[in-house]
Amino acid sequence: MPLYGVLAEFKTPAALYAACERVRDAGYTRWDAHSPFPVHGLDGAMGMRRSRLPWIILVCALGGAVTGFVLQAWVHKVAYPLIISGKPYFAWPAYVPITFELGVLGGALAAVFGMFGLNQLPRHHHPLFDATRFGRFSDDAFFISIESADPRFDATATARLLSGVGASQVELVEDNS
Amino acid sequence: MSRDTSHEALRAEQVTIPRGHAFSRLPWIGVGIGTLGLAVSLVLRSGNPKQFAFSWLVAFLFFLSLALGALFFVLIHFATQAGWGIVVRRLAENTMGTLPLFALLFVPVTLGMGELFPWIHGIAEGNDHVLNGKAPYLNTSFFVGRAVAYFACWSAIAMFYVQRSRTQDATASHSISANLRRFSGPAIIVLALTQTFAAVDWIMSLNPYWYSTIFGVYWFAGSFVSFFAFLTLMVLILRRAKLMAGAVGTEHFHDLGKLLFAFTVFWAYIGFSQYFLIWYGNIPEETIFFRARAVGSWGSVSLLLAAAHFVIPFFFFMPRTVKRHPGLLAIGATWLIAMHGVDLYWLVMPALHPEGISIGALDVATFLAVGGFFFAAVSFLMLGSPLVPVGDPRLPESLSFENF
Repeated sequence: MPLYGVLAEFKTPAALYAACERVRDAGYTRWDAHSPFPVHGLDGAMGMRRSRLPWIILVCALGGAVTGFVLQAWVHKVAYPLIISGKPYFAWPAYVPITFELGVLGGALAAVFGMFGLNQLPRHHHPLFDATRFGRFSDDAFFISIESADPRFDATATARLLSGVGASQVELVEDNS
Repeated sequence: MSRDTSHEALRAEQVTIPRGHAFSRLPWIGVGIGTLGLAVSLVLRSGNPKQFAFSWLVAFLFFLSLALGALFFVLIHFATQAGWGIVVRRLAENTMGTLPLFALLFVPVTLGMGELFPWIHGIAEGNDHVLNGKAPYLNTSFFVGRAVAYFACWSAIAMFYVQRSRTQDATASHSISANLRRFSGPAIIVLALTQTFAAVDWIMSLNPYWYSTIFGVYWFAGSFVSFFAFLTLMVLILRRAKLMAGAVGTEHFHDLGKLLFAFTVFWAYIGFSQYFLIWYGNIPEETIFFRARAVGSWGSVSLLLAAAHFVIPFFFFMPRTVKRHPGLLAIGATWLIAMHGVDLYWLVMPALHPEGISIGALDVATFLAVGGFFFAAVSFLMLGSPLVPVGDPRLPESLSFENF
Protein backbone atom coordinates (compact mmCIF):
# COMPACT_ATOMS: atom_id res chain seq x y z
CA MET A 1 0.00 0.00 0.00
CA PRO A 2 1.52 3.40 -0.94
CA LEU A 3 2.48 5.84 1.75
CA TYR A 4 0.60 9.18 1.84
CA GLY A 5 2.98 10.89 4.24
CA VAL A 6 3.75 11.69 7.86
CA LEU A 7 1.36 13.24 10.38
CA ALA A 8 2.65 14.96 13.51
CA GLU A 9 0.53 16.22 16.41
CA PHE A 10 1.28 19.32 18.52
CA LYS A 11 -0.25 20.35 21.82
CA THR A 12 -0.37 24.14 21.42
CA PRO A 13 -0.64 26.71 18.63
CA ALA A 14 2.76 28.08 19.69
CA ALA A 15 4.36 24.65 19.23
CA LEU A 16 2.68 24.34 15.84
CA TYR A 17 3.90 27.79 14.84
CA ALA A 18 7.50 27.05 15.84
CA ALA A 19 7.42 23.65 14.11
CA CYS A 20 6.08 25.19 10.90
CA GLU A 21 9.04 27.55 10.78
CA ARG A 22 11.45 24.59 11.13
CA VAL A 23 9.68 22.53 8.45
CA ARG A 24 9.68 25.57 6.15
CA ASP A 25 13.40 26.12 6.75
CA ALA A 26 14.10 22.43 6.08
CA GLY A 27 12.91 23.13 2.53
CA TYR A 28 9.70 21.09 2.35
CA THR A 29 7.14 22.28 -0.18
CA ARG A 30 4.28 19.71 -0.18
CA TRP A 31 2.97 19.88 3.34
CA ASP A 32 0.21 21.51 5.36
CA ALA A 33 -0.70 22.63 8.88
CA HIS A 34 -4.07 21.86 10.50
CA SER A 35 -5.60 23.86 13.34
CA PRO A 36 -9.11 24.19 14.84
CA PHE A 37 -8.90 27.97 14.49
CA PRO A 38 -6.88 30.51 12.46
CA VAL A 39 -3.41 31.09 13.94
CA HIS A 40 -2.18 34.63 13.28
CA GLY A 41 0.88 34.72 11.05
CA LEU A 42 0.91 30.97 10.39
CA ASP A 43 0.99 31.62 6.63
CA GLY A 44 4.29 33.45 7.14
CA ALA A 45 5.67 30.68 9.37
CA MET A 46 4.77 28.17 6.67
CA GLY A 47 6.44 30.30 3.99
CA MET A 48 3.27 30.35 1.92
CA ARG A 49 3.30 32.45 -1.21
CA ARG A 50 0.35 34.64 -2.24
CA SER A 51 -2.49 32.77 -3.86
CA ARG A 52 -2.91 32.90 -7.64
CA LEU A 53 -6.66 33.33 -7.11
CA PRO A 54 -6.71 37.17 -7.54
CA TRP A 55 -5.35 36.84 -11.07
CA ILE A 56 -7.96 34.23 -11.98
CA ILE A 57 -10.66 36.54 -10.60
CA LEU A 58 -9.31 39.56 -12.50
CA VAL A 59 -9.25 37.71 -15.82
CA CYS A 60 -12.77 36.29 -15.32
CA ALA A 61 -14.19 39.64 -14.15
CA LEU A 62 -12.77 41.44 -17.17
CA GLY A 63 -13.93 38.58 -19.38
CA GLY A 64 -17.45 38.87 -17.97
CA ALA A 65 -17.50 42.63 -18.46
CA VAL A 66 -16.25 42.40 -22.06
CA THR A 67 -18.78 39.66 -22.82
CA GLY A 68 -21.62 41.75 -21.40
CA PHE A 69 -20.64 44.84 -23.36
CA VAL A 70 -19.94 43.11 -26.66
CA LEU A 71 -23.13 41.06 -26.46
CA GLN A 72 -25.31 44.15 -26.07
CA ALA A 73 -23.41 46.22 -28.60
CA TRP A 74 -23.57 43.42 -31.17
CA VAL A 75 -27.28 42.78 -30.64
CA HIS A 76 -28.28 46.45 -30.81
CA LYS A 77 -25.93 47.62 -33.51
CA VAL A 78 -25.49 44.59 -35.79
CA ALA A 79 -27.87 41.71 -35.25
CA TYR A 80 -31.15 43.44 -34.46
CA PRO A 81 -30.98 47.23 -34.85
CA LEU A 82 -33.99 48.83 -33.22
CA ILE A 83 -34.61 52.42 -32.22
CA ILE A 84 -35.42 52.50 -28.50
CA SER A 85 -36.64 55.80 -26.99
CA GLY A 86 -34.82 57.82 -29.64
CA LYS A 87 -31.36 56.64 -28.66
CA PRO A 88 -28.65 55.76 -31.20
CA TYR A 89 -28.14 52.08 -32.04
CA PHE A 90 -24.84 52.08 -30.22
CA ALA A 91 -26.14 53.55 -26.92
CA TRP A 92 -23.19 52.67 -24.68
CA PRO A 93 -24.49 54.18 -21.39
CA ALA A 94 -27.40 51.73 -21.52
CA TYR A 95 -24.95 48.83 -21.63
CA VAL A 96 -23.06 49.80 -18.49
CA PRO A 97 -25.33 48.17 -15.85
CA ILE A 98 -25.27 44.75 -17.59
CA THR A 99 -21.54 45.11 -18.28
CA PHE A 100 -20.98 45.82 -14.59
CA GLU A 101 -23.21 42.94 -13.49
CA LEU A 102 -21.54 40.39 -15.74
CA GLY A 103 -18.15 41.64 -14.57
CA VAL A 104 -19.19 41.06 -10.95
CA LEU A 105 -20.72 37.70 -11.85
CA GLY A 106 -17.56 36.56 -13.62
CA GLY A 107 -15.41 37.68 -10.70
CA ALA A 108 -17.66 36.11 -8.06
CA LEU A 109 -17.94 32.76 -9.83
CA ALA A 110 -14.19 32.73 -10.44
CA ALA A 111 -13.59 33.46 -6.76
CA VAL A 112 -15.76 30.57 -5.56
CA PHE A 113 -14.90 27.95 -8.16
CA GLY A 114 -11.28 29.06 -8.47
CA MET A 115 -10.95 28.59 -4.71
CA PHE A 116 -12.46 25.10 -5.00
CA GLY A 117 -10.19 24.27 -7.91
CA LEU A 118 -6.98 25.46 -6.28
CA ASN A 119 -7.90 23.53 -3.12
CA GLN A 120 -8.64 20.43 -5.27
CA LEU A 121 -12.19 20.33 -3.94
CA PRO A 122 -14.67 18.74 -3.89
CA ARG A 123 -13.29 15.30 -3.09
CA HIS A 124 -14.93 12.33 -1.40
CA HIS A 125 -12.12 11.31 0.82
CA HIS A 126 -8.65 12.30 1.96
CA PRO A 127 -5.94 9.87 3.11
CA LEU A 128 -5.45 11.91 6.30
CA PHE A 129 -8.97 10.97 7.44
CA ASP A 130 -7.69 7.41 7.94
CA ALA A 131 -5.28 8.58 10.63
CA THR A 132 -6.96 7.83 13.94
CA ARG A 133 -5.94 11.01 15.77
CA PHE A 134 -6.60 13.37 12.87
CA GLY A 135 -10.29 13.94 13.69
CA ARG A 136 -9.24 16.16 16.57
CA PHE A 137 -7.86 18.81 14.17
CA SER A 138 -11.33 20.38 14.39
CA ASP A 139 -11.43 20.13 18.18
CA ASP A 140 -8.32 20.60 20.31
CA ALA A 141 -5.24 19.33 18.45
CA PHE A 142 -2.77 20.84 15.97
CA PHE A 143 -1.14 18.87 13.15
CA ILE A 144 1.49 19.08 10.46
CA SER A 145 1.26 16.66 7.55
CA ILE A 146 4.11 16.19 5.07
CA GLU A 147 3.32 14.34 1.84
CA SER A 148 5.46 11.54 0.48
CA ALA A 149 5.27 13.33 -2.87
CA ASP A 150 7.57 16.02 -1.49
CA PRO A 151 11.01 15.75 -3.14
CA ARG A 152 12.71 15.95 0.26
CA PHE A 153 10.50 13.30 1.82
CA ASP A 154 12.10 10.32 3.51
CA ALA A 155 9.89 8.36 5.91
CA THR A 156 12.51 7.99 8.64
CA ALA A 157 14.25 11.35 8.29
CA THR A 158 11.01 13.33 8.03
CA ALA A 159 9.51 11.59 11.03
CA ARG A 160 12.67 12.30 12.98
CA LEU A 161 12.55 15.97 11.98
CA LEU A 162 8.97 16.29 13.21
CA SER A 163 9.76 14.61 16.52
CA GLY A 164 12.72 16.94 16.87
CA VAL A 165 10.60 20.10 16.49
CA GLY A 166 8.29 19.28 19.38
CA ALA A 167 5.64 16.88 18.02
CA SER A 168 3.94 14.87 20.73
CA GLN A 169 2.95 12.07 18.34
CA VAL A 170 4.24 11.18 14.86
CA GLU A 171 2.59 8.56 12.66
CA LEU A 172 2.85 7.34 9.07
CA VAL A 173 -0.33 7.62 7.03
CA GLU A 174 -1.11 5.22 4.21
CA ASP A 175 -2.99 6.09 1.03
CA ASN A 176 -5.94 3.68 0.72
CA SER A 177 -7.71 5.47 -2.08
CA MET B 1 6.92 42.28 12.02
CA SER B 2 6.57 41.99 15.76
CA ARG B 3 4.45 39.05 16.86
CA ASP B 4 3.95 40.52 20.30
CA THR B 5 0.23 40.71 21.01
CA SER B 6 0.59 42.04 24.54
CA HIS B 7 1.18 45.63 23.40
CA GLU B 8 1.35 48.16 26.10
CA ALA B 9 -0.84 51.03 25.01
CA LEU B 10 1.12 54.04 23.83
CA ARG B 11 2.23 56.73 26.19
CA ALA B 12 1.08 60.23 25.23
CA GLU B 13 4.57 61.71 24.99
CA GLN B 14 5.59 59.08 22.42
CA VAL B 15 3.11 60.46 19.91
CA THR B 16 3.04 64.15 20.78
CA ILE B 17 4.83 66.68 18.61
CA PRO B 18 7.56 67.94 20.95
CA ARG B 19 7.85 71.61 21.86
CA GLY B 20 10.24 73.37 19.51
CA HIS B 21 9.84 70.72 16.77
CA ALA B 22 9.99 72.13 13.24
CA PHE B 23 6.28 71.31 12.90
CA SER B 24 5.35 73.78 15.64
CA ARG B 25 5.90 76.54 13.09
CA LEU B 26 3.32 75.06 10.69
CA PRO B 27 0.30 77.06 11.96
CA TRP B 28 2.21 80.30 11.38
CA ILE B 29 3.25 79.21 7.89
CA GLY B 30 -0.41 78.41 7.20
CA VAL B 31 -1.57 81.77 8.52
CA GLY B 32 1.11 83.46 6.39
CA ILE B 33 0.03 81.69 3.20
CA GLY B 34 -3.63 82.32 4.01
CA THR B 35 -3.12 86.02 4.69
CA LEU B 36 -1.07 86.45 1.53
CA GLY B 37 -3.68 84.61 -0.52
CA LEU B 38 -6.48 86.63 1.05
CA ALA B 39 -4.70 89.93 0.39
CA VAL B 40 -4.05 89.09 -3.26
CA SER B 41 -7.64 87.83 -3.66
CA LEU B 42 -9.07 91.05 -2.24
CA VAL B 43 -6.86 93.18 -4.47
CA LEU B 44 -7.90 91.21 -7.56
CA ARG B 45 -11.53 91.15 -6.44
CA SER B 46 -12.09 94.81 -7.29
CA GLY B 47 -11.34 94.03 -10.93
CA ASN B 48 -13.62 91.00 -11.15
CA PRO B 49 -15.95 90.40 -8.18
CA LYS B 50 -17.83 87.65 -10.03
CA GLN B 51 -14.67 85.63 -10.66
CA PHE B 52 -13.65 86.16 -7.03
CA ALA B 53 -16.95 84.75 -5.74
CA PHE B 54 -16.78 81.65 -7.94
CA SER B 55 -13.09 80.97 -7.28
CA TRP B 56 -13.66 81.36 -3.55
CA LEU B 57 -16.61 78.97 -3.68
CA VAL B 58 -14.51 76.26 -5.36
CA ALA B 59 -11.68 76.64 -2.84
CA PHE B 60 -14.15 76.76 0.06
CA LEU B 61 -15.94 73.59 -1.07
CA PHE B 62 -12.66 71.79 -1.70
CA PHE B 63 -11.36 72.19 1.85
CA LEU B 64 -14.82 71.85 3.41
CA SER B 65 -15.03 68.45 1.67
CA LEU B 66 -12.00 67.29 3.64
CA ALA B 67 -13.46 68.44 6.96
CA LEU B 68 -16.91 66.93 6.32
CA GLY B 69 -15.34 63.69 5.11
CA ALA B 70 -13.40 63.59 8.38
CA LEU B 71 -16.57 64.19 10.40
CA PHE B 72 -18.35 61.32 8.65
CA PHE B 73 -15.33 59.06 9.12
CA VAL B 74 -15.19 59.68 12.88
CA LEU B 75 -18.95 59.17 13.27
CA ILE B 76 -19.02 55.96 11.25
CA HIS B 77 -15.97 54.84 13.19
CA PHE B 78 -17.88 55.05 16.47
CA ALA B 79 -21.14 53.75 15.02
CA THR B 80 -19.49 50.58 13.73
CA GLN B 81 -17.09 50.27 16.70
CA ALA B 82 -14.24 50.00 14.20
CA GLY B 83 -11.04 48.67 15.73
CA TRP B 84 -8.43 48.99 13.01
CA GLY B 85 -8.51 52.76 12.59
CA ILE B 86 -8.25 54.04 16.16
CA VAL B 87 -4.59 54.93 15.53
CA VAL B 88 -5.60 57.33 12.73
CA ARG B 89 -8.82 58.64 14.34
CA ARG B 90 -7.16 61.60 16.05
CA LEU B 91 -5.90 62.89 12.69
CA ALA B 92 -9.47 62.77 11.38
CA GLU B 93 -10.65 64.57 14.53
CA ASN B 94 -8.09 67.31 13.94
CA THR B 95 -9.34 67.67 10.36
CA MET B 96 -13.00 67.96 11.38
CA GLY B 97 -12.06 70.31 14.22
CA THR B 98 -11.60 73.00 11.55
CA LEU B 99 -15.36 73.08 10.83
CA PRO B 100 -16.06 76.20 12.97
CA LEU B 101 -13.45 78.03 10.86
CA PHE B 102 -15.50 77.31 7.74
CA ALA B 103 -18.39 79.35 9.12
CA LEU B 104 -15.97 82.30 8.89
CA LEU B 105 -14.69 81.28 5.46
CA PHE B 106 -18.31 81.17 4.27
CA VAL B 107 -18.68 84.96 4.73
CA PRO B 108 -17.30 85.79 1.24
CA VAL B 109 -19.84 83.35 -0.25
CA THR B 110 -22.68 85.13 1.56
CA LEU B 111 -21.38 88.53 0.44
CA GLY B 112 -21.00 87.27 -3.13
CA MET B 113 -24.46 85.69 -3.33
CA GLY B 114 -25.63 88.20 -5.88
CA GLU B 115 -22.71 87.26 -8.14
CA LEU B 116 -23.07 83.51 -7.64
CA PHE B 117 -26.74 82.61 -7.66
CA PRO B 118 -28.91 83.68 -10.59
CA TRP B 119 -32.11 82.93 -8.65
CA ILE B 120 -31.62 86.08 -6.59
CA HIS B 121 -32.17 88.35 -9.61
CA GLY B 122 -34.68 85.98 -11.24
CA ILE B 123 -36.95 86.09 -8.23
CA ALA B 124 -36.45 89.82 -7.75
CA GLU B 125 -37.68 90.45 -11.30
CA GLY B 126 -40.72 88.33 -10.50
CA ASN B 127 -41.69 87.15 -13.99
CA ASP B 128 -39.90 83.80 -14.07
CA HIS B 129 -42.46 81.07 -13.48
CA VAL B 130 -39.96 78.35 -12.47
CA LEU B 131 -38.05 80.57 -10.07
CA ASN B 132 -41.27 81.93 -8.55
CA GLY B 133 -42.22 78.35 -7.78
CA LYS B 134 -38.91 77.74 -6.05
CA ALA B 135 -38.91 81.07 -4.19
CA PRO B 136 -40.18 79.65 -0.87
CA TYR B 137 -36.92 77.66 -0.67
CA LEU B 138 -34.52 79.76 -2.74
CA ASN B 139 -34.60 83.14 -1.06
CA THR B 140 -31.83 85.09 0.59
CA SER B 141 -32.93 84.98 4.22
CA PHE B 142 -33.79 81.27 4.21
CA PHE B 143 -30.54 80.54 2.37
CA VAL B 144 -28.45 82.32 5.00
CA GLY B 145 -30.54 80.79 7.80
CA ARG B 146 -29.91 77.30 6.46
CA ALA B 147 -26.18 77.95 6.16
CA VAL B 148 -26.11 79.08 9.80
CA ALA B 149 -27.93 75.88 10.77
CA TYR B 150 -25.49 73.69 8.81
CA PHE B 151 -22.46 75.27 10.43
CA ALA B 152 -24.08 75.11 13.86
CA CYS B 153 -24.76 71.37 13.48
CA TRP B 154 -21.35 70.55 12.02
CA SER B 155 -19.39 72.62 14.53
CA ALA B 156 -21.37 71.31 17.50
CA ILE B 157 -20.94 67.65 16.53
CA ALA B 158 -17.27 68.09 15.60
CA MET B 159 -16.30 70.02 18.74
CA PHE B 160 -18.21 67.61 20.99
CA TYR B 161 -16.32 64.62 19.57
CA VAL B 162 -12.95 66.43 19.56
CA GLN B 163 -13.39 67.56 23.15
CA ARG B 164 -14.61 64.22 24.52
CA SER B 165 -11.91 62.29 22.70
CA ARG B 166 -9.22 64.55 24.17
CA THR B 167 -10.69 64.17 27.64
CA GLN B 168 -10.37 60.41 27.20
CA ASP B 169 -6.60 60.80 26.60
CA ALA B 170 -6.23 61.56 30.29
CA THR B 171 -9.05 59.54 31.85
CA ALA B 172 -9.07 56.44 29.56
CA SER B 173 -12.74 56.21 30.50
CA HIS B 174 -14.87 53.50 28.86
CA SER B 175 -18.02 55.54 29.34
CA ILE B 176 -16.75 58.21 26.92
CA SER B 177 -16.46 55.60 24.15
CA ALA B 178 -19.94 54.30 24.93
CA ASN B 179 -21.34 57.81 25.01
CA LEU B 180 -19.79 58.83 21.69
CA ARG B 181 -21.05 55.61 20.12
CA ARG B 182 -24.60 56.35 21.30
CA PHE B 183 -24.55 59.82 19.72
CA SER B 184 -22.95 58.70 16.47
CA GLY B 185 -26.10 57.23 14.87
CA PRO B 186 -28.29 60.33 15.19
CA ALA B 187 -25.30 62.54 14.30
CA ILE B 188 -24.82 60.66 11.02
CA ILE B 189 -28.46 61.36 10.12
CA VAL B 190 -27.99 65.05 10.89
CA LEU B 191 -24.78 65.14 8.83
CA ALA B 192 -26.35 63.33 5.86
CA LEU B 193 -29.28 65.75 5.76
CA THR B 194 -27.24 68.93 6.24
CA GLN B 195 -24.58 67.95 3.70
CA THR B 196 -27.27 67.05 1.14
CA PHE B 197 -29.06 70.37 1.58
CA ALA B 198 -25.73 72.21 1.54
CA ALA B 199 -24.92 70.60 -1.82
CA VAL B 200 -28.30 71.73 -3.14
CA ASP B 201 -27.85 75.26 -1.80
CA TRP B 202 -24.25 75.94 -2.68
CA ILE B 203 -23.63 73.96 -5.87
CA MET B 204 -26.91 72.87 -7.45
CA SER B 205 -28.60 76.25 -7.12
CA LEU B 206 -25.84 77.82 -9.25
CA ASN B 207 -28.23 76.73 -11.99
CA PRO B 208 -31.63 77.06 -10.30
CA TYR B 209 -33.53 75.49 -13.22
CA TRP B 210 -31.68 72.19 -12.86
CA TYR B 211 -32.17 69.52 -10.28
CA SER B 212 -30.85 66.05 -9.55
CA THR B 213 -32.02 64.06 -6.55
CA ILE B 214 -28.73 62.18 -6.21
CA PHE B 215 -26.62 65.33 -6.18
CA GLY B 216 -25.97 65.45 -2.41
CA VAL B 217 -24.62 61.91 -2.46
CA TYR B 218 -22.35 62.83 -5.36
CA TRP B 219 -20.68 65.58 -3.37
CA PHE B 220 -20.50 63.35 -0.31
CA ALA B 221 -18.85 60.54 -2.32
CA GLY B 222 -16.21 62.93 -3.67
CA SER B 223 -15.59 64.47 -0.26
CA PHE B 224 -15.08 61.05 1.33
CA VAL B 225 -12.54 60.02 -1.33
CA SER B 226 -10.57 63.23 -0.91
CA PHE B 227 -10.67 62.95 2.88
CA PHE B 228 -9.22 59.41 2.78
CA ALA B 229 -6.51 60.64 0.44
CA PHE B 230 -5.78 63.54 2.82
CA LEU B 231 -5.74 61.22 5.85
CA THR B 232 -3.33 58.87 4.06
CA LEU B 233 -0.98 61.74 3.25
CA MET B 234 -1.10 63.05 6.85
CA VAL B 235 -0.27 59.60 8.20
CA LEU B 236 2.59 59.12 5.74
CA ILE B 237 4.10 62.54 6.48
CA LEU B 238 3.85 62.20 10.27
CA ARG B 239 5.27 58.70 10.14
CA ARG B 240 8.15 59.85 7.98
CA ALA B 241 8.83 62.59 10.54
CA LYS B 242 9.00 59.78 13.16
CA LEU B 243 6.15 61.26 15.20
CA MET B 244 3.84 58.22 15.21
CA ALA B 245 6.13 55.97 17.31
CA GLY B 246 5.46 52.97 15.08
CA ALA B 247 1.73 53.08 15.91
CA VAL B 248 0.82 53.14 12.22
CA GLY B 249 2.21 50.53 9.87
CA THR B 250 1.73 48.57 6.69
CA GLU B 251 -1.50 46.98 7.90
CA HIS B 252 -3.12 50.39 8.41
CA PHE B 253 -1.89 51.62 5.03
CA HIS B 254 -3.47 48.55 3.50
CA ASP B 255 -6.85 49.46 4.99
CA LEU B 256 -6.59 53.10 3.96
CA GLY B 257 -5.75 51.92 0.45
CA LYS B 258 -8.77 49.62 0.42
CA LEU B 259 -11.03 52.47 1.50
CA LEU B 260 -9.56 54.77 -1.17
CA PHE B 261 -10.21 52.07 -3.74
CA ALA B 262 -13.74 51.39 -2.49
CA PHE B 263 -14.83 55.02 -2.39
CA THR B 264 -13.31 55.75 -5.78
CA VAL B 265 -15.66 53.05 -7.08
CA PHE B 266 -18.52 54.51 -5.01
CA TRP B 267 -17.93 57.98 -6.49
CA ALA B 268 -17.98 56.54 -10.02
CA TYR B 269 -21.11 54.54 -9.22
CA ILE B 270 -22.96 57.64 -8.01
CA GLY B 271 -21.58 59.83 -10.79
CA PHE B 272 -22.64 57.37 -13.47
CA SER B 273 -26.05 56.80 -11.86
CA GLN B 274 -26.68 60.53 -12.10
CA TYR B 275 -25.54 60.71 -15.71
CA PHE B 276 -27.32 57.51 -16.73
CA LEU B 277 -30.81 58.48 -15.54
CA ILE B 278 -30.55 61.97 -16.97
CA TRP B 279 -29.31 60.58 -20.29
CA TYR B 280 -32.12 58.02 -20.40
CA GLY B 281 -34.89 60.42 -19.46
CA ASN B 282 -33.57 63.07 -21.86
CA ILE B 283 -35.72 65.84 -20.36
CA PRO B 284 -34.33 69.33 -21.12
CA GLU B 285 -34.60 70.65 -17.55
CA GLU B 286 -32.37 67.76 -16.42
CA THR B 287 -29.99 67.52 -19.37
CA ILE B 288 -28.92 71.19 -19.24
CA PHE B 289 -26.35 70.24 -16.61
CA PHE B 290 -24.53 67.73 -18.83
CA ARG B 291 -25.15 69.79 -21.96
CA ALA B 292 -23.14 72.61 -20.37
CA ARG B 293 -20.37 70.13 -19.53
CA ALA B 294 -20.23 68.54 -22.97
CA VAL B 295 -19.35 71.65 -24.99
CA GLY B 296 -15.95 73.26 -25.50
CA SER B 297 -13.14 72.33 -23.17
CA TRP B 298 -15.69 71.24 -20.50
CA GLY B 299 -16.23 68.08 -22.58
CA SER B 300 -12.54 67.25 -22.18
CA VAL B 301 -12.77 67.84 -18.42
CA SER B 302 -15.75 65.47 -18.24
CA LEU B 303 -13.75 62.75 -19.99
CA LEU B 304 -10.73 63.51 -17.80
CA LEU B 305 -12.87 62.95 -14.70
CA ALA B 306 -14.16 59.61 -15.95
CA ALA B 307 -10.64 58.43 -16.80
CA ALA B 308 -8.55 60.01 -14.04
CA HIS B 309 -11.02 60.02 -11.13
CA PHE B 310 -12.14 56.43 -11.80
CA VAL B 311 -10.51 54.21 -14.44
CA ILE B 312 -6.85 54.99 -13.67
CA PRO B 313 -7.13 54.91 -9.82
CA PHE B 314 -9.37 51.81 -10.08
CA PHE B 315 -6.59 49.76 -11.67
CA PHE B 316 -3.85 51.59 -9.78
CA PHE B 317 -5.25 50.75 -6.33
CA MET B 318 -6.27 47.21 -7.21
CA PRO B 319 -3.01 45.33 -6.42
CA ARG B 320 -2.25 44.56 -2.79
CA THR B 321 1.35 45.68 -3.30
CA VAL B 322 0.31 49.27 -4.04
CA LYS B 323 -1.87 49.52 -0.93
CA ARG B 324 1.01 48.34 1.25
CA HIS B 325 3.68 50.55 -0.32
CA PRO B 326 3.93 54.03 1.28
CA GLY B 327 5.44 55.73 -1.79
CA LEU B 328 2.89 54.40 -4.28
CA LEU B 329 0.06 55.08 -1.83
CA ALA B 330 1.22 58.69 -1.50
CA ILE B 331 1.22 59.10 -5.29
CA GLY B 332 -2.31 57.66 -5.56
CA ALA B 333 -3.62 59.79 -2.69
CA THR B 334 -2.17 63.01 -4.13
CA TRP B 335 -3.66 62.13 -7.50
CA LEU B 336 -7.15 61.61 -6.04
CA ILE B 337 -7.07 64.85 -4.03
CA ALA B 338 -6.16 66.71 -7.21
CA MET B 339 -8.99 64.98 -9.06
CA HIS B 340 -11.48 66.02 -6.37
CA GLY B 341 -10.36 69.60 -7.03
CA VAL B 342 -11.01 69.10 -10.75
CA ASP B 343 -14.41 67.59 -9.90
CA LEU B 344 -15.49 70.64 -7.86
CA TYR B 345 -14.14 73.04 -10.49
CA TRP B 346 -16.17 71.11 -13.08
CA LEU B 347 -19.30 71.32 -10.89
CA VAL B 348 -19.07 75.05 -10.20
CA MET B 349 -17.25 76.85 -12.99
CA PRO B 350 -19.37 76.13 -16.10
CA ALA B 351 -21.91 78.48 -14.49
CA LEU B 352 -19.40 81.33 -14.83
CA HIS B 353 -17.45 80.31 -17.92
CA PRO B 354 -19.88 78.41 -20.18
CA GLU B 355 -17.44 78.71 -23.08
CA GLY B 356 -14.68 76.64 -21.45
CA ILE B 357 -12.04 76.40 -18.75
CA SER B 358 -10.45 79.67 -17.74
CA ILE B 359 -8.04 79.41 -14.83
CA GLY B 360 -6.73 82.72 -13.55
CA ALA B 361 -4.78 84.29 -10.72
CA LEU B 362 -7.93 84.49 -8.58
CA ASP B 363 -8.34 80.71 -8.64
CA VAL B 364 -4.83 80.32 -7.25
CA ALA B 365 -5.10 83.17 -4.74
CA THR B 366 -8.42 82.03 -3.24
CA PHE B 367 -7.13 78.46 -3.07
CA LEU B 368 -4.10 79.66 -1.10
CA ALA B 369 -6.30 81.83 1.13
CA VAL B 370 -8.76 79.09 2.15
CA GLY B 371 -6.09 76.38 2.07
CA GLY B 372 -3.65 78.40 4.19
CA PHE B 373 -6.15 79.00 6.98
CA PHE B 374 -7.38 75.39 6.82
CA PHE B 375 -3.80 74.12 7.00
CA ALA B 376 -3.06 76.46 9.92
CA ALA B 377 -6.11 75.20 11.83
CA VAL B 378 -5.34 71.50 11.22
CA SER B 379 -1.70 71.85 12.26
CA PHE B 380 -2.68 73.96 15.28
CA LEU B 381 -4.98 71.17 16.46
CA MET B 382 -2.22 68.60 15.82
CA LEU B 383 0.08 70.45 18.23
CA GLY B 384 -2.54 70.55 20.96
CA SER B 385 -2.89 66.83 21.68
CA PRO B 386 -1.22 63.44 21.10
CA LEU B 387 -1.47 62.32 17.46
CA VAL B 388 -3.09 59.05 18.55
CA PRO B 389 -6.05 58.78 20.99
CA VAL B 390 -3.86 57.20 23.68
CA GLY B 391 -6.76 56.90 26.15
CA ASP B 392 -9.01 54.81 23.92
CA PRO B 393 -9.58 51.49 25.71
CA ARG B 394 -9.45 49.62 22.41
CA LEU B 395 -6.18 51.15 21.20
CA PRO B 396 -4.19 47.88 21.62
CA GLU B 397 -6.58 46.23 19.16
CA SER B 398 -5.77 48.88 16.57
CA LEU B 399 -2.02 48.73 17.26
CA SER B 400 -1.82 44.98 16.67
CA PHE B 401 -4.31 44.97 13.80
CA GLU B 402 -3.52 42.65 10.90
CA ASN B 403 -5.12 42.01 7.52
CA PHE B 404 -5.61 38.44 6.39
